[in-house]
Amino acid sequence: MEKGMNLTLIVWRQKDAKSKGSFATYAARAVNPDMSFLEMLDVVNDDLIQRGEEPIAFDSDCREGICGSCSCVINGVPHGGQKATTACQLHMRMFKDGDTITIEPWRASAFPIVKDLVVDRSAFDRIIQAGGFVSVRTGGAPDGNAILVPKEDCDLAMDAAQCIGCGACVAACKNASAMLFVSAKVSHLGLLPQGQPERDRRVLNMVAQMDAEGFGSCTVTGSCEAVCPKEITLDNISRMNGDYAVAMVKGK
Amino acid sequence: MNNLFHSTLGKKYIMALTGAGLFGFVVMHMLGNLQVFLGQEAINRYAHFLQSSKELLWSARIGLLVMVGLHVWSAVKLSAENKAARPVGYLNNPTPAAASYASRTMLMSGLIIAAFIVYHLLHFTVKVEAVNLVGLDFGKLHEQDLTGRLRADVYRMIILGFKVPVVSVFYMIAVGLLCLHLSHGISAMFQSLGLRNKAWWPVLQQSAKGAALVLFLGYIAVPVAVLLGLLKE
Amino acid sequence: MKLDSKIPSGPLGQKWDKHKFDLKLVSPANKRKFEVIVVGSGLAGSSAAATLAELGYSVKSFCYQDSPRRAHSIAAQGGINGAKNYQNDGDSVQRLFYDTIKGGDFRAREANVHRLAQTSVSIIDQCVAQGVPFAREYGGLLDNRSFGGAQVSRTFYARGQTGQQLLLGAYSALSRQIGLGTVKMYPRTEMLDLVVVDGHAKGIVVRDLVTGEVSSHAADAVVLATGGYGPVFYLSTNAIGCNVTATFRAFKKGAAFANPCYTQIHPTCIPVSGDHQSKLTLMSESLRNDGRVWVPKRKEDCSKSPSSIPDADRDYILERKYPSFGNLAPRDIASRAAKEACDEGRGVGPSGYGVYLDFAEAINRLGASKIRERYNNLFDMYERITGENAYQQPMRIYPAVHYTMGGLWVDYNLMSNLPGLFVLGEANFSDHGANRLGASALMQGLADGYFILPYTIGHYFASSKQARPKVDHAEFRKVEEEVSARTQRILAIKGKKAPRSFHRELGKLMWENCGMARSKQSLEANLKLIPELREEFWKNVNVTGEGSDLNQTLERAGRVADFLEFGELLSLDALTREESCGGHFRVEHQEEGECKRDDANFAHVAAWEFQGEGKAPLRHTEPLVYEEVHMSTRSYK
Repeated sequence: MEKGMNLTLIVWRQKDAKSKGSFATYAARAVNPDMSFLEMLDVVNDDLIQRGEEPIAFDSDCREGICGSCSCVINGVPHGGQKATTACQLHMRMFKDGDTITIEPWRASAFPIVKDLVVDRSAFDRIIQAGGFVSVRTGGAPDGNAILVPKEDCDLAMDAAQCIGCGACVAACKNASAMLFVSAKVSHLGLLPQGQPERDRRVLNMVAQMDAEGFGSCTVTGSCEAVCPKEITLDNISRMNGDYAVAMVKGK
Repeated sequence: MNNLFHSTLGKKYIMALTGAGLFGFVVMHMLGNLQVFLGQEAINRYAHFLQSSKELLWSARIGLLVMVGLHVWSAVKLSAENKAARPVGYLNNPTPAAASYASRTMLMSGLIIAAFIVYHLLHFTVKVEAVNLVGLDFGKLHEQDLTGRLRADVYRMIILGFKVPVVSVFYMIAVGLLCLHLSHGISAMFQSLGLRNKAWWPVLQQSAKGAALVLFLGYIAVPVAVLLGLLKE
Repeated sequence: MKLDSKIPSGPLGQKWDKHKFDLKLVSPANKRKFEVIVVGSGLAGSSAAATLAELGYSVKSFCYQDSPRRAHSIAAQGGINGAKNYQNDGDSVQRLFYDTIKGGDFRAREANVHRLAQTSVSIIDQCVAQGVPFAREYGGLLDNRSFGGAQVSRTFYARGQTGQQLLLGAYSALSRQIGLGTVKMYPRTEMLDLVVVDGHAKGIVVRDLVTGEVSSHAADAVVLATGGYGPVFYLSTNAIGCNVTATFRAFKKGAAFANPCYTQIHPTCIPVSGDHQSKLTLMSESLRNDGRVWVPKRKEDCSKSPSSIPDADRDYILERKYPSFGNLAPRDIASRAAKEACDEGRGVGPSGYGVYLDFAEAINRLGASKIRERYNNLFDMYERITGENAYQQPMRIYPAVHYTMGGLWVDYNLMSNLPGLFVLGEANFSDHGANRLGASALMQGLADGYFILPYTIGHYFASSKQARPKVDHAEFRKVEEEVSARTQRILAIKGKKAPRSFHRELGKLMWENCGMARSKQSLEANLKLIPELREEFWKNVNVTGEGSDLNQTLERAGRVADFLEFGELLSLDALTREESCGGHFRVEHQEEGECKRDDANFAHVAAWEFQGEGKAPLRHTEPLVYEEVHMSTRSYK
């Protein structure tokens, strides 16, 4: 006797970066409401393997909402639209028996599709490589308490530093803008005394790389903030806009 | 400074700064318009004052034109980049989460406003007879001031111009779009310039909407009053 | 095989300084001529790759994730220990050293642990300089908390995301080097074998997970920082991709595997909800500060609503058994108590494998708002996963595999018995003995990567004159062919069962027979059942698709195949270690339900040497000599 929900999945299938993809429809039967969304996909995949069909490729790793691997747009919303929740933490009790669910990859020209729901987010890594760091060599760091950091600044920096780099902000934004991601890193380091020496060059270099990767610009729609699983706010974008203007005016 | 014209952020500054300038103009323009309610003498005197110094008038006009030009240029350029950044959309075009209608339609509202501005200039500034649908050359409307000098009769021009319902309705729609545009634009401007923080943002957003509403009411007051017959020749 | 720990002579506190001076150096101009391969990009791997590149070595870094920032170190919640004594509460390097040795149930190497405690101080400084936003006090100083039952507050933390922030710090240092061109990064690339040339580790064979291409990389040294083997139990708090492949392949190439039976179980995880379950979620141990663990006294009550069971019918198991530590008893002890209650049939929840963690008393005493302030994010997470509101009903928790103390055997220089093969972090065996203390994993990973390997690897380069082979060397060709053949073999089976299903079955065997409580009988059963399951795998696994593109089923199958061999080694080690210590609990060796160590016969490291396919591995021992500490019995009664 099968219990649980029966769902219809409309999933984007694409063999590789070069192939043309299309939607395919699958039935998910006897879905336990206690499953996470990705566990539901696991079960669908096991079924596909059983039948000798290619399972749906999707990224996931920690499955506890912190590694930032998972990346599907569920019913048009990155990560499925539950507040502060990644797809791996979204549970099936959010859906009803008989629902039809669309599952798509992140869509952005800077995130080319690798296969099915898997996209290439290395653009984010290159943005960090352009300046998302404090240039300190190992060793020779002063004592941890040598520089005082006001708690308020530290808390704000931590708010920004929580970004998991999943790319949902890009996926949600109608312009596929990466401003929320970039600004979170710029803010994190810009708010701390340790980040001051490189503050100007950091923001200039990271924004230049962001533009070179082909992300769109910010039109302040707030979609990124709404879907961010770590609730990174638009304040960070404003902070980065300010930092960039200062750096530009200084002529750095 | 190269970055100002080449980076996305630079273009957003151009957009925000020119937007701020144009917003200032829109406020002043409305205050000017409302003088029509003070009577023929007041508004005609004000109009004459504005036109009295060719140097200032043309500086202002060129300044405004440059701002509009840059505002539109950066908008079109950024929109093209944004389109390229998301070449493939999602199934059934879902509405992006949390994005307001105004924020999603900035380019459209902006372009329609631009078209309206062209008409508006032909209508009341260049005074092309063919577009006013009154069958009268607004350029020939004159009256004498208290000292007997001849000056343009802006008062009659406004009333004659807005008596045509089609023109009034188009004007009101355009102003409506302008205010929709501003309801998002004013607060976004602060964001783009990096002038936002947690405490002020809700206030800013509400103020932007409030300002847009006040402007809307201020602007439509004139054609409405004309159509209702409250303002007469 | 000779296991020479190379522990420097001299007093414990001076060994590391003395050793650093004795180590040979590589001149700055020569460093770039040495190539180093680093596998894994967690705390240990990222910090090592970044630091080696800063020193001037040419580094290649590999990870299976799409970005080095996603390695599973990111999931560590609690914090990182550092013997800073900022709180003026009597902490010191010596005390951290002692706590770690004792916590490890006297099965760790003294000199390594002391060095770890010494280095902990520099780690904090380094991380702060990188911009890690550790919690601060209002005055601007770093905040500390006490963690995992420690009597001093020496844990530095960044909300509940310390691992994430430390990893992002190491990742930023690594990214800087990638940007400078000193590190070449290979994401979505899995190491499938080690290449040993003339007895030295000189390269690896990898598979590009996107194109399926198998290729070789040669180097002067290979560093494995590939984490633990928790998912041999299938369900664990580890990431889905965590695997034993890299270390197990190294084992098969001659590296000794030490103490695989030391596995740590974490008591506060969310219970399994069904067969679909892919992983278990840990909730911070801090919950036990205010929550009371109980089960019904009578089996019949287990299906009743918890609020309808009066206090008199509840068994507060930890408070009853360990009156002095109560609900704060150490991880292994709390875990076993929960297991015992469930085995008696008194477990709660749909599966019967769960105990209550009840906050009702704390909410009454402190008010719901205080509890919300302390644990809101955890309560939210619990509700997201279970759909239950823990403010209104008790949480259900159950232990889950969390960390593995065993790993490849390394000497004091973190080099395995294979010269040129260095092993860092959770992948090695060195510092935690039979049980790891809370907030020590992050410390060890970073100590190894930032402050130990960069010194010791230079000594290897300066003293070994082994030339770096080219990738067209016959040995590389041979290993590449072996790797490709194995992939083809798995793909050709086209049986009936998904790899995940074998993994689940293996996990079940491991958890039942080699989990929280192990017996001669259960372990012998495993030694019989695991080979049978393995045999079935090689006949009946179904891997769809091909090897020439992204094929997650194939990746999974390869990892499961290694787990199916490794599970046997783990069970064998557990069977041979006829004592109970730390995370290794043999039911035959207990005293009133507690671990009973056998120092006379088992105060040693057991390191296993591969003897060939189908042959039993050979057990070697390295005696543990305690110069400084006196071995005592851990008691929390």
